[in-house]
Amino acid sequence: MTMTHDAPKAGSQVGRSVPRLEGRDKVTGRAEYTHTMRLPGMLTCKLFRSTVAHGRIKSIDTSEAKKVPGVFAVVTIDDVMKVIPDPYYGPAFHDQPILAHEKVRFVGEPVAAVLAMDPHVAEEAAQLIVAEYEELPAVYDEVDALTTKTYVHDVLKPAGTFADLKHLKDARDTNTALDYRLRKGDVDKAFAQAAHVFEHEFKTQKVLHLPFEPHASIADYKDTGVTVYTASQGPSFVRTEIARLLGWPENKVRIKVPYLGSGYGAKLYIKLEALVVALSMIARRPVKLALTFEELFYQITKHPSTFRIKSGIDKDGKIIARKCEVFWNGGAYADIGPRVTQKSGLTASGPYEIDNVWIDSYALYTNVTPAGALRGFGVPQLVWAYESHSDMIARALKLDPVEFRRKNLLREGRPHATNTIIKDAAVEKVMDHVLDRMNWSKPFDKSTGVVKRGRGFGISIKAVITPTTSVAIVNVSGDGSVTLYCGTIDMGQGSDTAMAQMVGEVLNVPTETVRVVPRDTDVTPYDMGTLGSRSLFHMGHAVQRAAADARDKLKALAREVGEPEGSNIPVRDLFVKKYGMQAGNVIGTGIFKPDYIPPAPGTGLSENVTAFWMVSGAGAEVEVDTETGHVKITKLVNVVDVGKAINPRIVETQISGAALMQLGFTMFEKMHIDGGQVTNASLADYKIPGFHDVPTVMDNSHVDTNQANGPFGAKGVGEVATFCVSPAIANAIDDAVGVRLTELPLNPESVYRAIRAKAGKPLEDE
Amino acid sequence: MMTAARTISFKLNGMPVTADVKPHHNVVEVLQSQFSLTGARETCGQGLCGCCTVVVNGRAVSGCLYLATFLDGTEVTTVEGLDTPQKLHSVQEAFIETSAFQCGYCTPGFVLMTTQLLDEHPDPDDEQIKHYLTGNLCRCATYPQVIEAVKLAAKKRKGS
Repeated sequence: MTMTHDAPKAGSQVGRSVPRLEGRDKVTGRAEYTHTMRLPGMLTCKLFRSTVAHGRIKSIDTSEAKKVPGVFAVVTIDDVMKVIPDPYYGPAFHDQPILAHEKVRFVGEPVAAVLAMDPHVAEEAAQLIVAEYEELPAVYDEVDALTTKTYVHDVLKPAGTFADLKHLKDARDTNTALDYRLRKGDVDKAFAQAAHVFEHEFKTQKVLHLPFEPHASIADYKDTGVTVYTASQGPSFVRTEIARLLGWPENKVRIKVPYLGSGYGAKLYIKLEALVVALSMIARRPVKLALTFEELFYQITKHPSTFRIKSGIDKDGKIIARKCEVFWNGGAYADIGPRVTQKSGLTASGPYEIDNVWIDSYALYTNVTPAGALRGFGVPQLVWAYESHSDMIARALKLDPVEFRRKNLLREGRPHATNTIIKDAAVEKVMDHVLDRMNWSKPFDKSTGVVKRGRGFGISIKAVITPTTSVAIVNVSGDGSVTLYCGTIDMGQGSDTAMAQMVGEVLNVPTETVRVVPRDTDVTPYDMGTLGSRSLFHMGHAVQRAAADARDKLKALAREVGEPEGSNIPVRDLFVKKYGMQAGNVIGTGIFKPDYIPPAPGTGLSENVTAFWMVSGAGAEVEVDTETGHVKITKLVNVVDVGKAINPRIVETQISGAALMQLGFTMFEKMHIDGGQVTNASLADYKIPGFHDVPTVMDNSHVDTNQANGPFGAKGVGEVATFCVSPAIANAIDDAVGVRLTELPLNPESVYRAIRAKAGKPLEDE
Repeated sequence: MMTAARTISFKLNGMPVTADVKPHHNVVEVLQSQFSLTGARETCGQGLCGCCTVVVNGRAVSGCLYLATFLDGTEVTTVEGLDTPQKLHSVQEAFIETSAFQCGYCTPGFVLMTTQLLDEHPDPDDEQIKHYLTGNLCRCATYPQVIEAVKLAAKKRKGS
């Protein structure tokens, strides 16, 4: 390969549908995942979990378990605290103990750990552990959690990382882990002046990520340092948190992440890592914990939510006031829930320009499996509500749903509810593209038979989590070959390929020749995490800067060895001229952190609240069987604004994958919980989308835009196609059969009950 | 767990092998622990997702439910047995060229089932593909791209 140091040919790498770099490893089954890794001498951990939702631990009897031949150790929190005296961890609050401490707070919480070489031995022994609890009243519902006298935690312990949580330090008698507020204008006055006021309540159910590689971590502790192999979306955070727990400098903690069998937010921040480190410290051997599919239901879920939305409309159909109250069911430990609450909460009023906005967004503790980020950081729950609400208002006022939205849309250069000026957010363009792909202006046959047809759409906006930092290194070796070191985790979104394309573009080398180093915190520099569609923009900037830095240093090297300006000498020859042989490196570095102004306390307003806006729209055509409530989605249109696509084929795959995932959350997925117990914790009882759930027609596209402050005009795409699927389908069902569903999922029973209720013949409750 | 192991013999990707297995060991754990083959993976543990697919005597089975002791005397093909150092299998090529995977965890199962599908239906239509692969789930929902991959693989097979 001859890489030259002259100016790149613009567009030769970026914008090309390069096949994924890791494709060969994945299709041959040779890609490495933590769940299937083994270390020599490794012990396997199996967990004994709580069977009650809320209780004080009276006793844990491990004596029978310890007698099982082959059991190496049985560990409780008392053993953990001998090696880690303060065993509480978490990104927003230090509220989660490594194993249950004094109390249990949800069914499935880890109470004791069994270690054995043979996983079957560990599993058998775990079943012989007996715990006694003094059961306490439990709270499950997010609205109840605000007013109940049952408190999940006695004292709140903010981690200190986030400024807006500091006022909750040492707070007692509350389940509120964050109360984000936005106050713009005077909503009460505007409601009084409004010609019409609409108020609706929407709910979302508890669903979960279900990555096909369940969580897995292996720790190998030595007194001189610890190495953790883990299926994590955020190795830098894991390193910081493990170092804090051990009281060690970060450089003694090494986090290695192979490919991830997906994440969708499930593997963010810290999950099993603190536990395996503690167990490895106790055992002085490598310890692996790999969850079963069933155990995923006790690890992390999406937030169930209740959203009360109220809008004041003037006589011309303009929205003049909007009040949003959002309650997020965070489960027993905060995880990243407070960030979901704030970062999505600030967009709760939607992609509309409204002069008077009031938002209250509450993160609430409850006695169920903790909730975190799931492909959208809370935004899908919000869009479900506000775009259903949009259609309900238009229908009630007999306004065209397109024109009602168009009259109120947030346009370029206008202020968002936060006061941040909208820039590079193609809201209207996306909406028009959805309508075009839906043939919206053409007559639509709704049918008069038993099966009725309908169509609907929705549009949305999201602010990327801001501010966050990424660092990258580009290394040019003596032969001119190029290696990229970046902490972004490729969990299936194709980031390794996209980042390599950016390097290839800057250094004018084929993407396929760029090596992306596997994630290892001893080697790869800091990155905040692979989350919230931030990586392509933030890490992309860092990568672009690192590559440009390397290019500039190569140019300087050329001058140093006496090459004339414009020389096209191969890079290898530059090194030979400098060092007399094929030797040396040129190292380029890049750091990116966007500008940001935090929301003002009290008002939540900020003139620069986000590094970029994400915009998406969806349209659905459905057939509703009025005799069964069954809904068939005959067409699903997904349109997103990604700026310039770095890899169009990967973008398309991300759009369809995200939309189909949300289709599952919309139509049938639901964790059933009875008295705190999950009653459908298996793939047999919790259905996810398969081939036959793919809509007859799927039409995925991105509009042609440019993100002016993005690397090569690009921005993130991982989550954005989830946002509008739910309201588009609910709006289509209403169009077909005139019933309005306000709670997900939109399963046949819900639809049929609503049809019967509308006909004045409601079904009895179960 | 005190049960004794028994030694079984079978052909694994064309090579004669032996393994010491206990009655409760399933195919996935024996392939992973004794042969370092990790292409078959246990995800749901109920035979519903297809991530653990292996081919035993020419028939695709769920390696998480299939007891290893029953491999005695059989011929077993795993995803690792499809390619050679020189050349990928045409189905594998097709999956790469159409980007018919994301995280890749379920991909070996899809690849193996697609080879079986094309043995039975060399030129499948959309419905045949969906029907045949309905036992393979992909949480990244790469289904539309898998249909394209299967069709491309069928074309490659005809061409070769």
